[in-house]
Amino acid sequence: MSHHALTIHQARQKLRTREVSAVELAQSVLARVRQTDERLHSYLTVCAEEALAQAEAADRMLANGATPPPLCGIPVALKDVILAQGVRSTAGSKILEQFIAPYDATVTQRLKEAGAVIIGKVNCDEFAMGSSNENSAFTPCRNPWDTDRVPGGSSGGSAVSVAADLACAALGTDTGGSIRLPAAFCGIVGLKPTYGRVSRFGVVAYASSLDQVGPCTKDVRDCAILLDVIAGHDPRDSTSVNRPTPSYTAHLERGVSGLRIGIPQEYFIEGMQPEVETAVREAIAHLQSLGAEVVPISLPHTEYAVATYYIIAMAEASSNLARYDGVRYGYRASEVEDLGALYQTTRAQGFGSEVKRRIALGTYVLSAGYYDAYYLKAQKVRTLIRQDFLNAFEACDTIATPVAPTTAFRLGEKLADPLTMYLSDIFTIAVNLAGLPGLSVPCGFDQHGLPIGLQLIGPPFEEEVLLRAGYAYEQDHDWRTRKPPL
Amino acid sequence: MRITPDEVRQVATLARLSFSAEELDELTQHFDTILTYVDKLGELQTDSVEPTAHAVAVSAPLRDDVVTNTPSAAQTDALLANAPSRKTYFFRVPKIIE
Repeated sequence: MSHHALTIHQARQKLRTREVSAVELAQSVLARVRQTDERLHSYLTVCAEEALAQAEAADRMLANGATPPPLCGIPVALKDVILAQGVRSTAGSKILEQFIAPYDATVTQRLKEAGAVIIGKVNCDEFAMGSSNENSAFTPCRNPWDTDRVPGGSSGGSAVSVAADLACAALGTDTGGSIRLPAAFCGIVGLKPTYGRVSRFGVVAYASSLDQVGPCTKDVRDCAILLDVIAGHDPRDSTSVNRPTPSYTAHLERGVSGLRIGIPQEYFIEGMQPEVETAVREAIAHLQSLGAEVVPISLPHTEYAVATYYIIAMAEASSNLARYDGVRYGYRASEVEDLGALYQTTRAQGFGSEVKRRIALGTYVLSAGYYDAYYLKAQKVRTLIRQDFLNAFEACDTIATPVAPTTAFRLGEKLADPLTMYLSDIFTIAVNLAGLPGLSVPCGFDQHGLPIGLQLIGPPFEEEVLLRAGYAYEQDHDWRTRKPPL
Repeated sequence: MRITPDEVRQVATLARLSFSAEELDELTQHFDTILTYVDKLGELQTDSVEPTAHAVAVSAPLRDDVVTNTPSAAQTDALLANAPSRKTYFFRVPKIIE
């Protein structure tokens, strides 16, 4: 097996036995990026020089005999909304095209302390707003299983870099499904942690009450390894939760015997691609054969989740993106007469159409006369949606659903109609509204060879249960050994 | 239509955005589709429901009121290096006061 195809745990083994050096591993991944990324467009910035320097430092640590840090020499990619000091960070937007991050995000700092080698910054929908990666202001990222199809969004580059072996693992962000959807469409593992579990400091904000950073990995064990590194309290993020972090790798192999898996009737709807439903039901049946108990449950407010999400996310986006005014950093329009025109022209030229649409709609739902009807109403329905889950978790330990109603769709297919695009997130969005952890695990392929994802949802701070169930399922299937035809 | 192009133009002004006539027509159409869709929330009776702003209840953490992040000269330079226009330690903007 080529070095670039190694998982974190495989690479770690080979690095520690000196079968491969960190520099060789980084070189192998960088060569792979040069060879294949022209077709995939997963990277916006490749940090070859810095990565090789980090790899050399990792080799020195590996050579000195002491126990190396957990990600020592592991090549990792960062979604371009996550800051890395001294590296360009565009958030997929023209307005930040030249922005050089003056500091590290907390998650970046944690990766560096753990010895990771940062290969580069990966493509995403502009400001993480999108379900297909087509809203990237630069170029849409392609699905490695079929380059005429989308990788899913918004963390498309994160998922593609992992699926196509252009990084050992990656970090993404998930506001309404932005890790889980591309993970499912690209056939990798993706986790959105509980809100507050991972610091958002140094992560470009989209919708602050929903955003969360999480791992995109080749298998479930890697996901646990990466979560071990990034999870935990950070005083620099006031919404980061101060409670102990368990070891996510320690209990992976405990199995699912006695685990109660809730199946919500509302997540198996008409119009779903039949192969998706079949694959997900088979995955649930497999967990049952391993000793899990299946419990029918109901999440009655599911059909209101997309509407609730878009009101809240757009409102928060309109507020968060007010900072891009052309004054302190980012793009500035030239030849404007006064400050008002500077703001307006800078934003009109710097933002893409989806971002402008969301800012405008967010401004509308927050404006006098509409606040109660839209924003306050959505916040109340958010309470009902969260309560649905808390009620359901009285009867079960985890909830199993599809990640998306279909496999990856074609580029351009949903661009003309924003609402159709928003509905791609129908099964992932409620998890963000409720602040819960959600895991996407590959559970098969459709007739076109496109990956299908199983979603496991847990109670707050129970990532461990999801990883344990995902791991048990994964051990008995070889989906992860299939590689995209590149 | 639930909203007119003029109303959308007004929202754009509030949001410090501007649109061409063509963009405005398309945006008005999208507003209409999305607002019609989100109207389904009106089916729910929520008079006695408390709103949720954050899914995980956290109180604002407080710390002592002391400076904890005095930047080095290099950090200040790194921050200012992203400014589209500057003069020493100031951001330059078009003239505001006559």
